[in-house]
Amino acid sequence: MPADLATTVRLTGDERAMLAGDAGEATRLAMRILVRLAPVYGATELLPVTRAHIDGCIYEGDAGLEFAERLADHGGAVRVPTSLNVVSLDRVRWQALGTPPAYAAKAERLAKAYLQMGCAPTFTCTPYQTAAAPSFGEQIAWSKSNAVAYANAVIGARTNRYGDYLDISCALTGRVPAAGLHLDEPRLGTVLVRLVGVPTTLTERDDFYPVLGYLLGGLVDDEVSVVEGLNAAPTSDNLKALAAAAATSGSVAHFHLVGITPEAPTLAAAFGGRQPVRTLTIGPGDLRRARASLTTVAAGAPLDVVALGSPHCSLAECRAIAALAAGRRAATGVEVFVTTSRAVWELLDRSGDLAILTTFGAVVTADTCIVVSPLVRPGARSLMTNSAKYAHYAPGIVGARAIFGSTADCIASAVAGRVKIEDGPWGN
Amino acid sequence: MGELRLIRGRVVVASDAVVRGTALVTDVALSLWGGLDPHTGEVIDRHHPWSGQLVTGRVLVLPHGRGSCSASGVLLEAIRAGMAPVAIVTTRVDPIVALGSILGDELYGMPVPVLVVDQTDAAGIAPGDRITVSLDGTISVERESEGVGDRVDA
Repeated sequence: MPADLATTVRLTGDERAMLAGDAGEATRLAMRILVRLAPVYGATELLPVTRAHIDGCIYEGDAGLEFAERLADHGGAVRVPTSLNVVSLDRVRWQALGTPPAYAAKAERLAKAYLQMGCAPTFTCTPYQTAAAPSFGEQIAWSKSNAVAYANAVIGARTNRYGDYLDISCALTGRVPAAGLHLDEPRLGTVLVRLVGVPTTLTERDDFYPVLGYLLGGLVDDEVSVVEGLNAAPTSDNLKALAAAAATSGSVAHFHLVGITPEAPTLAAAFGGRQPVRTLTIGPGDLRRARASLTTVAAGAPLDVVALGSPHCSLAECRAIAALAAGRRAATGVEVFVTTSRAVWELLDRSGDLAILTTFGAVVTADTCIVVSPLVRPGARSLMTNSAKYAHYAPGIVGARAIFGSTADCIASAVAGRVKIEDGPWGN
Repeated sequence: MGELRLIRGRVVVASDAVVRGTALVTDVALSLWGGLDPHTGEVIDRHHPWSGQLVTGRVLVLPHGRGSCSASGVLLEAIRAGMAPVAIVTTRVDPIVALGSILGDELYGMPVPVLVVDQTDAAGIAPGDRITVSLDGTISVERESEGVGDRVDA
């Protein structure tokens, strides 16, 4: 690092002290990374944040583990309340779930290093559905694409997409580069997306929102879109599915739904009074094609895996699944996964819903999910899900062909042991 | 020796040494997460034109990275494993790629120099060109005379 690098970013006295090592070696390293990266973002100064969310706790290899353990060993302590994303094992039941011991040991060491630095044991990709949620206008340093999109769009908190391992560097310093979505102007919409001719029979369905998000992300990539014409009252879980899907098919970090999300009370407000750079129209045909693109297995085909919970299922979603599963059983040979947070898992245990799900044949995991931990048995050829994100990543990561369907379709298919989809209003 | 041309690049992440390698060139953005196996150096995105190619020891010339927040972690793993490219040249600043290289420098003293060049300059680099990246961001592009095979120098 060039000795004069700090001069390109204006630092406060406190920030200079961190860079000089006054707050310890871990904070010094974190501040060096931040100060070196700030100019790349176009920032000339840093900005304080009030909370952080860490994605770097997913085990990707030994470099990530060495980095976290080095920070923890040097006394690293987060400066702001910091939540943790999923880790690469269910910390309680990894043995029963068949996680290889050598892999589990490294995944657990990584989790411990972050806990040692004072991060909260949230272990979920949906920190916005926990007590770690930010409020409107709050400056935060969040990692994990779906959480970034939800925080910006649905809550109106402010964060860029922070890569591994900038997230912990922000948490240790309590700072981010003052750039991008932390500022006012870059949050304004640039692309108008008009929904035309979409019936309420579709917008009332749980499988509408992931499809809309998946289509949207592919159309706008990293632009800030403004969706007009969504005449609906989506739940937090609907918006979670939309944000996650948009951040899967594109680099979506922020979007507006006119009349629904907080920075878009009106179309004019969402654009800050400016004209859209371009306008796109989405109709039922586009949505049908996006839905079809998530499925690569024919109806009636044998089914190996059903996976629900990407992002993690909320308590409401788990209970809805339990209501559908009550009194039924998944067919022999079909593995059913419900992936959620530890907090929700414990609530399900106490409410009796866990017993219903387990009797059905579901494996309910906490702390992790099927794309960051080897949960699905090798050789699975077909995987059905209500998540656009699982459907997108399953072919590459799990090696199975994907089928996308509503939650009800997924449960009915698990019972039948083969793919059953009720098209309903999706049909022509 | 073939034709030699100089391109002025903007240094995003500096190196402490001049580096040399053979160019791997594409106009399609690549997501390192899910797109690069950091332990073998192979591009595993089966939809990408580089699918099956090794990035190790090469100078990558591409528009920018794509997608996941975890791409910086993948580049860091590749650096640790000794499987990283010798330099990355993009036409758009990509903070996540820069982050991976800065982490490589801070943790292992092994940055991958990252430079930004104009699109027209990038278009003038062909696969197999021999590239030298100087400390000030000057990129020299040497094209072998016809019939000379692709050789990795770095």
